[in-house]
Amino acid sequence: MSEFAFQILLTLDATLRLATPLIFCALAGLFSERSGIIDISLEGKLLGSAFAAGAVASVTGSVYMGLLAAVGVSISMSLVHGFACITHRGNQIISGLAVNILASGLTVTLGIALFQRGGQTPTLGPNERFQPIELPFADALAQAPLLGPVYDELVSGHKLLVYLAFIAVPLAALVLTRTRFGLRLRAVGESPEAVDSAGVSVPWLRYRAVIVAGILCGIAGAYLSTAHGAGFIREMSAGKGYIALAAMIFGKWRPWSALFACLLFGFLEAASSRLIGVEFPIIGEAPTNLMLVLPYIMTVVLLAGFFGRAEAPSALGTPYVKEH
Amino acid sequence: MEMEEERADQSEAAEASADVNADANANAGGGDASPPAVELRRINKRFGAVQANRDIDLAVDRGSITGIIGENGAGKSTLVSILYGFYTADSGEIRIDGTPIRMAGSADAIEHGIGMVHQHFMLVPTMSVLENAMLGREGGPRLAEGERSTRARMAEVSAAYGLEIDPDALVGELPVGLQQRVEILKTLLRGARILILDEPTGVLTPQEADRLFEILEILKRDGVTILLITHKLREIMAATDAVYVMRRGEMVARRRTRETSQEELARLMVGRDVLFAVGGEPGEPGAPILAVESLGHADERGAPRLTDIRFELRSGEILGLAGVAGNGQSELLDVLSGIAPPQSGRIDFAGRTFTPASPANPSLLRDMGLAHIPEDRQQRGLVLPFTASESSILGYHAGAEAGGGIFLALAAIRERCGLLMERYDVRPPDPGLRCGGFSGGNQQKMVVARELSAAPKALLVGQPTRGVDIGAIEFIHSQLIEIRDAGCAILLVSVELDEIMSLSDRILVMNAGRIVGEAARGEADADRIGLMMAGVGEPAAAA
Repeated sequence: MSEFAFQILLTLDATLRLATPLIFCALAGLFSERSGIIDISLEGKLLGSAFAAGAVASVTGSVYMGLLAAVGVSISMSLVHGFACITHRGNQIISGLAVNILASGLTVTLGIALFQRGGQTPTLGPNERFQPIELPFADALAQAPLLGPVYDELVSGHKLLVYLAFIAVPLAALVLTRTRFGLRLRAVGESPEAVDSAGVSVPWLRYRAVIVAGILCGIAGAYLSTAHGAGFIREMSAGKGYIALAAMIFGKWRPWSALFACLLFGFLEAASSRLIGVEFPIIGEAPTNLMLVLPYIMTVVLLAGFFGRAEAPSALGTPYVKEH
Repeated sequence: MEMEEERADQSEAAEASADVNADANANAGGGDASPPAVELRRINKRFGAVQANRDIDLAVDRGSITGIIGENGAGKSTLVSILYGFYTADSGEIRIDGTPIRMAGSADAIEHGIGMVHQHFMLVPTMSVLENAMLGREGGPRLAEGERSTRARMAEVSAAYGLEIDPDALVGELPVGLQQRVEILKTLLRGARILILDEPTGVLTPQEADRLFEILEILKRDGVTILLITHKLREIMAATDAVYVMRRGEMVARRRTRETSQEELARLMVGRDVLFAVGGEPGEPGAPILAVESLGHADERGAPRLTDIRFELRSGEILGLAGVAGNGQSELLDVLSGIAPPQSGRIDFAGRTFTPASPANPSLLRDMGLAHIPEDRQQRGLVLPFTASESSILGYHAGAEAGGGIFLALAAIRERCGLLMERYDVRPPDPGLRCGGFSGGNQQKMVVARELSAAPKALLVGQPTRGVDIGAIEFIHSQLIEIRDAGCAILLVSVELDEIMSLSDRILVMNAGRIVGEAARGEADADRIGLMMAGVGEPAAAA
């Protein structure tokens, strides 16, 4: 296998790792927004749950306790957002923004108060992090031509949560299209009056949607600090929540298309860090900053609607008011 | 909801209500001994300061079609929303088959066999007919089983009541008549034996409406109890067995349909005699002032909304434009008033020619003498948070009415507004009140006052009496006739065929963005126009 092909393989491998938090977050956003609740608080939930995972894993010594804490924190942040938007019919953007600001401030404050390390949590040991899973026969097959390295490098050797992300996509699609919950969820985002007149509670349905979003976002946060990284760092979500939101919109609020968009963003991120310092024909050495900013530029381009207008759920962002 | 209209005093209505109850009891006593399918007792409902329903009593016999009639804002929709569990009554009792029931939400109503077809359909446009029919009763956490059984039940019910429909069609792509069919089907699938229809014919062509009433007859024969809410007297007379009349939140009368007349019902609705024919003498058309040649317009997605529109509008005539809502009338008004640009064709107005290359704009046209009473008074006719006096110069704010300079002549504007309010019977006549605080009818009269007081050469009118009570309708119609007689050319767009037929000197019919027919005053009959509105009948002949 040539050096170039191997580099491609490594880039794709990194793509999967970098896309994982985006996939969880995009699915989280998808559940929330298909129910009609705009979720820009993905970013804050991601950050908050990353901190919770890092802190709890470090204190208890168990990565799973960390995961549990992350999910718990993320759900409670979702419920705050839900309480403002569903029960009190507040502005969903403002509420989301408030959650984000809260997460940004609180993680640093609590981090400094608890660990006195400038907002970081202590570096996590092996038991406090997710470990790579070697799939069966990876070593044995590594020498096989073509598919061997693909299996060994690309498919095998990821952490549990990466595999979970790729299982979550078909699962989400299945829930949306083939279950009662999914049918009602899709309906409540398009036409809450129809759901109400069918005798189904609109608020309870939307609360369940934001709780699902909370669970998924919590897993993404745990991945950041206890799988991808080795502890929590200030502002470690670094806009990934927003990028996931962009991916979900680019994916037209559908699981498979959102997965594709997440992989695209993951690939851009993986490629950009690999291209730093590489000599190009004409332009010479790729500028570091430009490369790092590439995924964010792409977000703006995609959201600006350069690739066809996306059709949002019609009740998205509109509080359901029955009496007026 | 348009409940503001009920602010006025209730004393007269309360008086009437006393003899109604006696009346109702007398009537109810005549039948068999079985309890009524639906009985409401002393229902009260208040929205803020507005008493939407006051001490309402209602009894509906099993297997009958009972109408509730009343003006817009009389409280009909509120009442049936309470019966369907959508709103909760402040006080009162609901009995189904003689048993008092607890109504905490629509789920309770459905459980007691009540189904409702709302004025605005409760459908999810992005889902299939089948998915819409299943929503709320999916038969388990997984859909597969429920889909099979719902599909089978749907086929059964469709066949039994003549409600054929493709279960896999996307609801948003169906014509409104079929969407309504989905609504009815939905209620039947949920086991409804009591069916409430709220203004069911508002969006239908006359033919679709006839088909609906046939279906209701079949349902009635099968023992379904039907409650029909409408403000159209003709439908009440044609379809119902008994009728209740509501006015200002109270039930003012109950009649057996065959023992009453349109005139009596209208008087009960309004509280006084109503003139049915407003048209009066035909106009005396003069020279053409507005001419439209092969006009075309497409929406932002590129879908054609207007195709090859051509007509001429003369001074001193009312040209009625009939059509089912959504067939291009709104777009035509937008293009003619300069709000939207045409993509092809030309418009000649008052000696100037406008083409896609040199389009008009609303302010230029207004200066040239084209006034516009827009279809949606709350979105386009008024700024609801503005005071009446501020709204009275909207669009004319650069003219002499507003002072003519950089500063607004506030005192003069206010005084002029006060005069307009008196002249056009706007109640209450207070220029300092915010527009949102007026009832629908009075808001519309303010728009009419503003546009007519500019003494236009031509007037575009969209849905002048939508959501307006009968008293205001009469007034607005008489104003239109008056300004026509003064030589103004009027293009009248309305989905109310009665309105078009009684006011127009000439009628054009639109379907799917084209003008598909024309009829002169006197030779127009509702059936022929109805067929043209539905897109069947005469070939395009409006040139």
